[in-house]
Amino acid sequence: MDNGKFDFMTIDVLKEIGNIGSGNAATALASMLSTRIDMNVPKVRIIKFEEIPTLLGGEEELIVGIYLKLKEDIEGSIMFILDIESAQNLVKMLLGDKAQLLEEMSISALLEIGNIVASSYVNSLSLLTGLKITISIPAIAIDMAGAILSVPAIEFGYISDQTLFIETVFKQKEDLVRGNLLLLPDINSFEKMLSSLGVH
Amino acid sequence: MTIIKVGMADLKVIKAPGILTTLGLGSCVGIALYDNANKIAGLAHAMLPFSNEIIKNENKAKFVDSGIKLLIEKMIEKGAKKENIVAKIVGGSQMFSYNMECSILKIGERNVMAAKMILKNEKIKIISEDTGGNYGRTIQFNSQDGSVIVKTIGHGIKTI
Repeated sequence: MDNGKFDFMTIDVLKEIGNIGSGNAATALASMLSTRIDMNVPKVRIIKFEEIPTLLGGEEELIVGIYLKLKEDIEGSIMFILDIESAQNLVKMLLGDKAQLLEEMSISALLEIGNIVASSYVNSLSLLTGLKITISIPAIAIDMAGAILSVPAIEFGYISDQTLFIETVFKQKEDLVRGNLLLLPDINSFEKMLSSLGVH
Repeated sequence: MTIIKVGMADLKVIKAPGILTTLGLGSCVGIALYDNANKIAGLAHAMLPFSNEIIKNENKAKFVDSGIKLLIEKMIEKGAKKENIVAKIVGGSQMFSYNMECSILKIGERNVMAAKMILKNEKIKIISEDTGGNYGRTIQFNSQDGSVIVKTIGHGIKTI
């Protein structure tokens, strides 16, 4: 990928795409949890794919990753990431204080959360750009950050040595739940997204 | 003892003493080659099976095939003898499971198969392996004795 292509205006447009998508996702999450969810201004990052596993601190950090594939006009993936404590708090907020993270009910609850967050993001992206985007069913992994993040890294490895993605951090008002949402479209999809918005 | 980190799509060779480590290995495959007579250890952390399947393939350590070849070259440069080299392979898990058929999600399995094929072609014997499953692994490869410690979260720790 050629970095030079991404001027300030392009980055701003991508940030705005992230902003609208994440805004919807945050609203969906807030209404599910009946709590306030704040989010930061999305960051557009260009990094080498080798650096993806270190994105969230250490490669051996225990995290929960909920992963969905994007298809049709936009190809790529979307990943909702929670640190282990946030995931525990999240299932308790949904299922009551007795819920344990590794129970089947908790896993399905987390999958459903990922599904709703990702769908809200993708729906608004689709409305905004007029592109048709569908998402796969969600899959979940609870493991080392490096191992989980190697999955999108490998996908990018096929086409490029660098990756561009949009990252949003969600935070529940009492800081019980913190999540990162990564939108990882492939390179061609970025161009489609931009040209559908009249950039270039 | 010195600990040298091998990142993703990276490879390193050392002469004892020292430990080569790679953290959070998921679908990637870790290939540990060892010449016990000369105490030379090499570790590669490869992401994809074959370099000729990909257009952008300048980084040799990114692929199992070119990675293994480069690793052998670098070990010989450091004084290893090819006929002494034996291999241990680790990783190649499937972190996310889907019901649908999708080659990219089986990449772990393909990485392990590629490693076995290339090592066979190079006439390097695989003396042990810890591959597959659906969990991440961290490895510590000791150049003093060729032992490889595999650590996981929730799936124990073992030496292979």
